[in-house]
Amino acid sequence: MSKLSLDELKSKAKVIRELIIRITTEAGSGHPTSSLSAADVVTALYFGGFMKFDPKKPADPDRDRFVLSKGHACPVLYSAMAEAGYFTVDEIMTLRKLGSPWEGHPNMRRLPGIEASTGSLGQGLSIGIGHALAARIDGKSYHTYVMMGDGEMGEGQVWEAIAAAHKYALNNLTAIIDQNGYQQTGATKEVLDLTAFQPKLEAFGWHVQTIAGNDMAEVVKALETANGIKDRPTCIVSRTQKGFPVVPLLEAEGDPNYHGKPFSKELAKKAIAMLG
Amino acid sequence: MHLGEISGLSLGAATRDAFGDALKELGATNQHIVTVDGDVGNSTRTEPFALAHPDRAFNVGIAESNMVSVAGGLAACGKIPVVASFACFLMDNAFDQIRMSVAFPQLNVKLVGSHAGISIGEDGPSQMGIEDVALACSLPGLTVVVPSDAACTKEATRACLEHDGPTYLRVGRGKVATIYPKGCPFELGKAITVREGTDATIIANGLMVAAAIDAATLCEPLGISCRVIDLHTIKPIDRDAIAAAARETGAIVVAEEHLQHGGLGSAVAQVVVETAPVPMRFVNVGDQYAESGDPQGLLDKYGLTAKAVADAVQEAHGSK
Repeated sequence: MSKLSLDELKSKAKVIRELIIRITTEAGSGHPTSSLSAADVVTALYFGGFMKFDPKKPADPDRDRFVLSKGHACPVLYSAMAEAGYFTVDEIMTLRKLGSPWEGHPNMRRLPGIEASTGSLGQGLSIGIGHALAARIDGKSYHTYVMMGDGEMGEGQVWEAIAAAHKYALNNLTAIIDQNGYQQTGATKEVLDLTAFQPKLEAFGWHVQTIAGNDMAEVVKALETANGIKDRPTCIVSRTQKGFPVVPLLEAEGDPNYHGKPFSKELAKKAIAMLG
Repeated sequence: MHLGEISGLSLGAATRDAFGDALKELGATNQHIVTVDGDVGNSTRTEPFALAHPDRAFNVGIAESNMVSVAGGLAACGKIPVVASFACFLMDNAFDQIRMSVAFPQLNVKLVGSHAGISIGEDGPSQMGIEDVALACSLPGLTVVVPSDAACTKEATRACLEHDGPTYLRVGRGKVATIYPKGCPFELGKAITVREGTDATIIANGLMVAAAIDAATLCEPLGISCRVIDLHTIKPIDRDAIAAAARETGAIVVAEEHLQHGGLGSAVAQVVVETAPVPMRFVNVGDQYAESGDPQGLLDKYGLTAKAVADAVQEAHGSK
């Protein structure tokens, strides 16, 4: 576990974004834009001193947990975990290839360090509640973070889980909604508009912050604030851009959503250059 | 007249009660056992455990999807979560959660479906789990158990909790005949021959084991000697016992309180066809939903009777 400075975190997020682009372009499929939007939060969790973990001991019962409920964004998770020392970059370059455990959606049976097998949207927060309840039973102090997508909030199970987390006053659980504004077929506001997330979750009894989720300083501050909440579950509504920061390139391609499409080699090159 | 009465079997406890008693007993010594309920714990009989161990019992409300995935998370942390609801609400409603949060990651979750079958009676078809075994059997790595009486359920509960991997245990609402008055020699995946016979075999589970024993009694004066097998574990299935029954008796009837597709009958037929094809007949609810009514009347109307099983035996035996 390392704790990087704000500038170092910003640099690390760039490295992770480059990996996201490289591995999905190499795979020829996947969800790079869904991964890019989440890169700052995931970087902060793994490298900002928020999560306790040891890549050499992925089953350590005292480790903090990160459940990626929006499993299609696993390139961001694989990239962060490679940077953290769980895997090598060469290994994650096998993404989505036959025989590779770096599957198209996370598979906990094949990859130590992956906390949940996700990909059927809506289940991660409930799984996170299970981890949080287990911590309480065992008197352990680990924290569970769950990242969902804003489109995923259309799943009814998420709201079952939100109510249950409040019932058990799970102060060891933090949900992050990666509100990148798009889902598969279009803008989330047009498909099923649930976007007043803060008042909705507050009405369920949660502590909620809404932040600019592609601004590392805001991300770090929000995670620090969440750590200070000791009486209830917390949620960070992380307003992001799907594909950040290469959205202009995607707009030029005529598809700012770019859902579930890898970048061509040429586009990947431009995008990596744009990361700076 | 209850199933088993023709053969002099006395009426014992409901299998859900046996499950609840066993859970409470086992939960007292194994601190890893927890329950996750969908607000029907007083029906499924997880309640005695929950009252004894409130710190290890979670009622998440009428929210089966969340219930199952929460259990997956608990299991990932080393707990042994018992997730109980009505068979239909658990298996049918939360099927994808069972797929993704339990079966695919092979987490050590103990699913328990109560109120299985049409014998729940007056509450009617919306509450009857009659597709549950087919759904459960479709999931790779899920052990599926349908115990026949209270003693069998007690041992099945213990075996499921001791098994390292996901399990589905199916129990019923009403009292059922006692098949094992001296205790059940239960082993996961191992069929129990409850009656020897040479001319045909009746393979059954759940309350239909009592019907099978009655059918064997009815067939005896007709000169047909029936073997009766309690095939409590459908997955993994005891291929050897089925193949031996087919070879040695030459005809097989499968009886279950379930729809005709995807349950015990389908599983046994697959083994018979692959090992020793012999004439087969099937006694089940058919391809239909039942209705409200008294349990005995429902079993009679939908053909889950000793006579129906005996008729099927004569048919199968006659087509050898």
